[in-house]
Amino acid sequence: MPSTENASPERVGEQFTFRLWTRLRQSDLALPLLGLVAISVLMSLASDNFLQFSNLMNVMRQVSIIGIIAIGMTCVILTGGIDLSVGSVVALTGTIMAGLMVGGLDPALALLAGLGVGVGFGVLNGALVAFGGMPPIIVTLATMGMARGFALMYSGGYPISGLPGWMSWFGSGRIVGIPVPVLIMLAVYLLAWVVLERTSFGRHVYAIGGNERATRLSGVKVDRVKLFVYAISGLTTAVAAVVMTSRLMSGQPSAGVGFELDAIAAVVLGGTSIMGGRGSIIGTLIGVILLGILNNGLNLMGVDPYVQGVIKGAIILLAIYIGRSRHA
Amino acid sequence: MTLQEERPFPLGRPRSIEREPALELKGIRKSFGPVQVLHGVDLQLFAGEVHALLGENGAGKSTLSKILCGILSFDEGEMRLNGQQRRFMDYDDAVKAGIGIVFQEFSLIPYLNAVENVFLGREKHNRFGLLDRTAMRTRTRELLGRLGIQIDLDMPIHKLSVAQQQFVEIAKALALDARILVLDEPTATLTPVEVEHLFVVMRQLRAEGVAIVFISHHLDEIFEICDRITVLRDGHYVDTTSVAETDIDRLVLMMVGRRIEAGFPDKPDPDDTAQVVLRAREMRLHKNMPPSEFELRRGEILGFAGLVGSGRTEMALALLGEFDAASRRVELHGTQRSLANAADALASGIGLLPENRKDEGLIVPFSVRHNISLNNYGKYRKLGFFIDGKRESADVGAAMAMVRVKAPGPETRLEELSGGNQQKVVIARWLNHDVDILIFDEPTRGIDVGAKVEIYHLMRDLTRRGVSIIMISSELPEVVGMSDRVCVFRAGRIVKTLAGEDVTAQEVMKHATAGGSDAIH
Ligand SMILES: Nc1ncnc2c1ncn2[C@@H]1O[C@H](COP(=O)(O)OP(=O)(O)OP(=O)(O)O)[C@@H](O)[C@H]1O
Ligand SMILES: [Mg+2]
Repeated sequence: MPSTENASPERVGEQFTFRLWTRLRQSDLALPLLGLVAISVLMSLASDNFLQFSNLMNVMRQVSIIGIIAIGMTCVILTGGIDLSVGSVVALTGTIMAGLMVGGLDPALALLAGLGVGVGFGVLNGALVAFGGMPPIIVTLATMGMARGFALMYSGGYPISGLPGWMSWFGSGRIVGIPVPVLIMLAVYLLAWVVLERTSFGRHVYAIGGNERATRLSGVKVDRVKLFVYAISGLTTAVAAVVMTSRLMSGQPSAGVGFELDAIAAVVLGGTSIMGGRGSIIGTLIGVILLGILNNGLNLMGVDPYVQGVIKGAIILLAIYIGRSRHA
Repeated sequence: MTLQEERPFPLGRPRSIEREPALELKGIRKSFGPVQVLHGVDLQLFAGEVHALLGENGAGKSTLSKILCGILSFDEGEMRLNGQQRRFMDYDDAVKAGIGIVFQEFSLIPYLNAVENVFLGREKHNRFGLLDRTAMRTRTRELLGRLGIQIDLDMPIHKLSVAQQQFVEIAKALALDARILVLDEPTATLTPVEVEHLFVVMRQLRAEGVAIVFISHHLDEIFEICDRITVLRDGHYVDTTSVAETDIDRLVLMMVGRRIEAGFPDKPDPDDTAQVVLRAREMRLHKNMPPSEFELRRGEILGFAGLVGSGRTEMALALLGEFDAASRRVELHGTQRSLANAADALASGIGLLPENRKDEGLIVPFSVRHNISLNNYGKYRKLGFFIDGKRESADVGAAMAMVRVKAPGPETRLEELSGGNQQKVVIARWLNHDVDILIFDEPTRGIDVGAKVEIYHLMRDLTRRGVSIIMISSELPEVVGMSDRVCVFRAGRIVKTLAGEDVTAQEVMKHATAGGSDAIH
C-alpha cells in the first residue's frame, strides 16, 4: 500500500529489510534456512572437520540419492498427495538396469529401460490416483509392495553385480572436483525449479494442493496434472536409482528401504505443507542438506547409531512444531 | 482518505436510552501487520434490537464481528458486556458469555452431517457419558424446522447446496441460545422466501430480548428487519442512526461517500434471430423426472431463478458434466457435445463461476494474481512453456481495477481479503478470460451496492461483445433486472421460461412457488 508519510532514508532502509523479511517469510523459506544455519554452526563448533571442503562435498554426495527422490516427492506432496513407492521403485529400477547390462544389452538402452520402469510405475500410481479416484497413500502403499516383489522376483533375491566399469562414473566420478551425483542432483533441482516456478504446469500443481475442487471447476485439467506429477516422481526415483546402482556397482533388490520416509522428512523440513499447496523446491533442497548435515555431524561426533535415530526424529518433530502455525 | 468530523445525520437513539447496552464497543482499533483496518469504531448494542452493520466491501464489518466474538483481538479500545469491561480470550469464552456468530465464510466441516456440525464441540451426552444422538437430532430438526427448511440430516455438509449450508450455519449459532447474536451476511444466497423465514425467527428472538447484529448488502432487508444502523467506511466509524430516520439514498451516501447511479443497465431489444449458441434438451437431473430444456442465444443473459434447492446449480453443473444427471443432450453451436468436465467445457469456450467462492472458486492461500490467471496461462505463454510474468501482471492489474478489488496489491493472499473482495477476484478471473459462454452462479454474492452496479455494467459489456451469460441468482431484483429471459426452476426442473414483458418479480415468484410445493432437497 502506498504510504503517505514522508520517507526518510533510514525508514526506506527499514522498509526494505522489512519487505525482504516478509517476502522471505511468505516464501516459507525463512525457517528452513534458519534451521540450516543453526545446525551448521552447531556442527562446526562440535567438530573441526565439519567445515572442510572434502567433508562438505561428502555430505552433498551422501544426500544426493535422497535429494533427487525428494524432488518428485515435493511435486507430489504439493498437490496434496504422497508417494510411498519410491524406495521400492529404486530397488526395482536398479536391479532391472543391472540385470539388463549384465545380460549384455547395450548399456545406454539398459539405462533408458530403467528410467522407463520408474516412469511406468509413476504413471501407474498417477492413473490410479487421478482417474481411479483412489487415495494416494493406499495406491502407493500397494505399488510399494508390488515393486519390491518384482525386484525380488527378477533378481531371485540376490544382488546383481558385474556391471561395466564406466558405470561407476554416475556415482563416484568427479567434474572439477565436484562429485557427479551432486551435479546431477543440482541439475535436476534447477530443472524442477523452472518447471514449478515458471510454467503453468507448476502453478497448477500448487493450485491443486491449495483447493482441488476450485482448480477443477475453473477448467484446469486436474487429472492430467496429477498423472504427470506421479510420473515425475517415478522419473526422479529412477534417476536416483542410476546414481545408487553406480555407487554400489550392483543391482540390490533390498536397497532403498525407508527412502520414502527420508524423502518425506526432507520435504517437510523444507517448509512444504504436507497438506499441499504451499512450499518450494528450494526448501526441499535445504531440507535435504539439513538432514545430511545432521547425519554427518552425528557420525563425526561418534554418536551411537541407535541413538541417532532418536535424535533425528526429535529434531524433525521440533522443526515441524516450530513451523506448524503457518500451515494450520 | 480523510473523513470529515461533520455528522450530517442525527445520532440514532435506541428506543429507551436509559437502559444499559448489552454490549458496548468504544474506540476499537485493529491492525493486521502494518495495515490498520479499524480506526476507532464504536458500537452500542441493546437487548431486543436488530442492529445493522453497514459498509462497503472491506469496510471492516466482519473484522468487527470477529472482535465482538473473541475470534480476533483488538489493539486499542474497550469492550463492555452488560456494563462490565471484558476481553474475550477466544470464541469459546465469548460463547460462554452468551454470544454467537454466523460466519460469512462458513465454519462447517464438509464431511460431517448437519447434526454433527450443529453440535460440534458442544455435543450432548446422556447419563452414560455417551453421545445423546436422539436429543441432538431432535434439536437440530427443530431448529431447522423453525427456519422453515428441510434438510436431509444424514447428508454430509459438502453435498448440500450453499443455501442449505447457510441454514445449518445459522442453526449452529441458534443452538447456542445466545443473548447476543451476530449474523454476517446470512442472506447473501437466500431467495426472498427463505429470507422471510429467517426474519420470522429473528423477530421472535428480538421479542425474547436477544440483541442481534445483522450484516447485509441488501438495503431493502435492512429496512425490513433492523431497528438501528451503524455505518462503517474504510474502517472508520461514520454514524449510528435509527432506521426510521433515514432512507436508502442517505445510507448509500454514508457508506460510499458519494451518490450511486442505482439500477440496472438497459436491456437490449429482444433479438429472436440471434444465433443459438447452446441448446440443452432432455435434461433430467434425477431419474423419473420430466425433462427440462432451454437454449442460450448469442449475447443474451439468461437468468436461472427458483427457490433454494430447486436445481439451478445442478442444472448448470450438469451442462458441464460436473453433475451426474440422469439424462442430458447438449448442443454447442449446433453440434452435439457431451462435455465430460469443467476442463472440457473450458476448452469449448464455457466458463463457470461457482456459487461457493471459498470451496469451489478460490485457492485461498494463493495471491490475487495467481487466482486470477489460474486457468488462463495459455494467454501468457512464451517460448512454449514459460509464463510471461510482465503481461500477466499487466492483465491482472487491469482486471483488479475493473472490479475494484480492495487489496494492497496483486501479491496479497486471498485470505487477507474481505469476503466481497474475494468474490470480486473470482469475477475478475472470468473478465480476464476469453470465453463465449459464462455461467455465473450467484455472481454478486456479498458484493456491496456500488460495486454491484459496476459488475452489472461489466456483464452487459460482455454480452455486447457477443458473450452469452447464464446467471443464477437468488436475488429477485437482480434476476429480473438483468435477464433478457428467465428460466424458472421448481423441484429440480424448469417449469417456465419467461421473456420480454413477462420477466417480472411476480411472474418469477408465481412459477417458482406454484402448487404450494416448498423447496425440495
Ligand atoms: N487476515 C487479514 N490480514 C490482513 N488484512 C485483512 C485480514 N482480514 C481482513 N483484512 C482486511 O481488513 C479489511 C476489512 O475486512 P473485513 O473482512 O472486515 O471487511 P467487510 O466489511 O466484512 O467486507 P465484506 O463486505 O467484503 O465482507 C479489508 O481491507 C481486508 O483486506
Ligand atoms: Mg465481511
